[in-house]
Amino acid sequence: MSGRAALLLGALPLAFLLLFFVYPVATIVGLGLGGASGSGLADPPAIWLDRRTIDVLWFTLWQAAASTALTILAALPGAYVLARYAFRGKRLLRAAATVPFVLPTVVVASAFLALLGPRSPLNDLAESILGPGQRPVRLDGSIWAILLAHVFFDYAVVLRLVGGVWSQLDPRTEEAARVLGASPWRAFREVTLPLLRPALTSAATIVFLFTFTSFGVILVLGGRGTVTLEVEIYRATAQLLDLRLAAALAIVQMTAVGLLLIVSARGAQRLAVEQRLRPDAEAAPSRADRRGLFVIALTVIPTALFLGLPLAVLVERSLAGSTGYGLHAYAALLDERAHRALFVPPAEAIANSLAFAALTSVLASVLGLLAGALIAYRRGWLATGFDAVLMLPLGTSAVTVGFGFIVALDEPPLDLRTSPLLIPLAHTLVAVPFVVRATVPLIRSIEPRLREAAAVLGAAPRRVWREIDLPVISRAALVGAGFAFAVSLGEFGATLFIARPDVPTVPVAIFRLLGQPGALNFAQAMAMSTLLMLLTAAAVLLIERWRAEGPSAF
Amino acid sequence: MLDLQGVSAAYADRQVLHEVHLAVGPGQLVSVLGPSGSGKTTLLRLVAGLERPRSGHISWDGRDLASVPVHERGFGLMFQDFALFPHRDVAQNVGFGLRVRGWAPARARARVAEMLELVGLAGMERRAVARLSGGEQQRVALARALAPSPRLLMLDEPLGSLDRELRERLPLELRRIFRTLGATVLYVTHDQEEALGVADRTIVLRDGRVEADGPPDALWARPPNEFVARFLGFRNVTSARVTAGRAVTPWGIVAISPDVPDGDHTLLLRPGGFSPDAGGSVRGTVSARLFRGDHVRLEVSIDDAPPLEVEARWTPVPAVGGSIALRMDPGSAIVIPDGARGGTATVGR
Repeated sequence: MSGRAALLLGALPLAFLLLFFVYPVATIVGLGLGGASGSGLADPPAIWLDRRTIDVLWFTLWQAAASTALTILAALPGAYVLARYAFRGKRLLRAAATVPFVLPTVVVASAFLALLGPRSPLNDLAESILGPGQRPVRLDGSIWAILLAHVFFDYAVVLRLVGGVWSQLDPRTEEAARVLGASPWRAFREVTLPLLRPALTSAATIVFLFTFTSFGVILVLGGRGTVTLEVEIYRATAQLLDLRLAAALAIVQMTAVGLLLIVSARGAQRLAVEQRLRPDAEAAPSRADRRGLFVIALTVIPTALFLGLPLAVLVERSLAGSTGYGLHAYAALLDERAHRALFVPPAEAIANSLAFAALTSVLASVLGLLAGALIAYRRGWLATGFDAVLMLPLGTSAVTVGFGFIVALDEPPLDLRTSPLLIPLAHTLVAVPFVVRATVPLIRSIEPRLREAAAVLGAAPRRVWREIDLPVISRAALVGAGFAFAVSLGEFGATLFIARPDVPTVPVAIFRLLGQPGALNFAQAMAMSTLLMLLTAAAVLLIERWRAEGPSAF
Repeated sequence: MLDLQGVSAAYADRQVLHEVHLAVGPGQLVSVLGPSGSGKTTLLRLVAGLERPRSGHISWDGRDLASVPVHERGFGLMFQDFALFPHRDVAQNVGFGLRVRGWAPARARARVAEMLELVGLAGMERRAVARLSGGEQQRVALARALAPSPRLLMLDEPLGSLDRELRERLPLELRRIFRTLGATVLYVTHDQEEALGVADRTIVLRDGRVEADGPPDALWARPPNEFVARFLGFRNVTSARVTAGRAVTPWGIVAISPDVPDGDHTLLLRPGGFSPDAGGSVRGTVSARLFRGDHVRLEVSIDDAPPLEVEARWTPVPAVGGSIALRMDPGSAIVIPDGARGGTATVGR
């Protein structure tokens, strides 16, 4: 690929990134450091050293650390079982365990609110046994609900990353330690654990990053004492209307995430041990014997309960009413009058979300495909650098993106406050990294010899591209569009900042409904969460189909 | 001493070992020979405690090992492909067994140096194992298995992944090391030369059953059955009718030892027993010819019979396609007692 072609491919994504990411972030920094606003607020250093800021930062850090540790502890047995045993239903189990990871944060938060909040069916059960008024389950607002939801969310990250490496380790290395006199625990600690450490570290880094920037879960499930940086930025913006405080906090947030990424990159390099992976012929794990089946059951059953119960309760609560089970909550979604909190019937939020998602998938797949093609066709430092730059929005949080839009795109030269494009643009920013990650491997999978073979058989370059590259690229485009669609449907953090009150998306509508008193509002929030869960699941299933099918399918 | 009584093992529904009986005395050097899938590795894993037998007993000095976990058995096992710890250097690999046994660091260091000296890797303590050649890795694995002075050392295809030159040189060295230490050794291999060369006693396994058990020279001189004969590389095995010291074989009628009683027998005709002789009774055409330095290996086709294998020494032989007449030394025909049937056979003891 020539330099000019690369420039053409890269120009549009780069311009998009400059305008909708770099410019807003620069505006936040300018605002936070005191350049833009002259209102008599405290200086940034005073904000950073304020007791409240330090408390919030401290809570953000330790809840992320606790969530990470719990997630690893919870997922290690599953990773072990998947790596070391062959059993029926294993593939299904792996796929099912990944479901929570792709769900929107608001859906997960709703599910845990349904399970652990005052309206939990556990409380109904307690009441029927212990008598009226006995509703002991009230974990919402506590740290426990947040930690459990984080473990639920990120279980798959550890399961897949650590389990993947574990299944590649030669089991005989551990056996060698056993024969040399090490007890089972010692052999694990001295041989397997060090070999898993790189995978554990990268899984822990990812989970820590996710939980450090967690927003929706904490906003919905948290209480007065559980405020993270993200939530504090939102509070400063939406409740205190103190943009300068929010900007100063956003700087802290971005710096922390940046430091985290640098430290983890350094650590990953240092930990890369040369491991001999076991030969392919023996990669198949052994069939489980009776003891193995016991271990599998002991691992799989609690995991399935933990991952399945919140979602089951979510669906159950959406159907439960004072007069028994039914679809009344779903019917009420269409009702015009009952929704002063939303300004519009919730059903309209679904239409909004679908429209935004469609727009996002077009925008993000075009931009992502251009960028992906550049990265895939042109290797070397330029592609690597471009790739890294494109991942930046993923590293910063959705809240920063939303806040940046508010402070940067509200005045000339770029006043998009009333533009219907504002939300799809923000979603595109969040979705492009996913699209790039999904399309680059597909494009790179094109065997160069296929092009050579086509050329030798007499196809002109244009024809070669149409016959060989185009089918793969159109599949990549479809996969990318699917990803963007799913991301847009579930996006909450950025949207909450920029959605206009009369044009809510589904996650925003769910959040507002959860904030309203009354059983019907709650049931409607559950119903909408259920619908959003099904929509997301359908999108992800379609993506998996498209990804699995060969280019011949087109 | 190690004692296996009627040990059977199975994976899922596949039986891997059938009622194996085996006793190994102190200081014995025993090789276990068999084709792949014959249960050799399973035998070692059972003794090490990495697998459990479906039935039967494994004991050491009369004590049943069923309740003794792997790490308390005090055996050494050198894995196929070595299974070195990739995150530790040479000294940490060799010293692992000493450390988990609680040896003082100084004493362990001395022992590691001693072991590395023994296997010819003196001074390599700080090397990363991933940077070693295959032969060096093999030595590290051996040193690691030997360092804690196991009461029984087991080796699973220790030369399996090495190149030909090492495969030919190392058995001598291994024998020297085993002898130096007076170790009791169970040595598994699929290579008959290796099995016969390294051990004082060889056990042949086939489909999980012991087919032969005896000193290598006795096995070689008189294979107990057709399977063992063929597995040792002999191809001239046939059934023959013997009448008064003459055997009717597919390749012709040959004179054999007059001590063989009349009747139907399974005979092995050693390829080295044939020599070109214009008056010989075995006549055919040379169909293949391979120069091997001290002898020429010939394949002689005779009518519809399977090709006859002949090793001709120090004599000119015709080119491929030429006809040849051969005479057989009567002493080179051996009666295989057990014929084609299986069953445990003990030879020469």
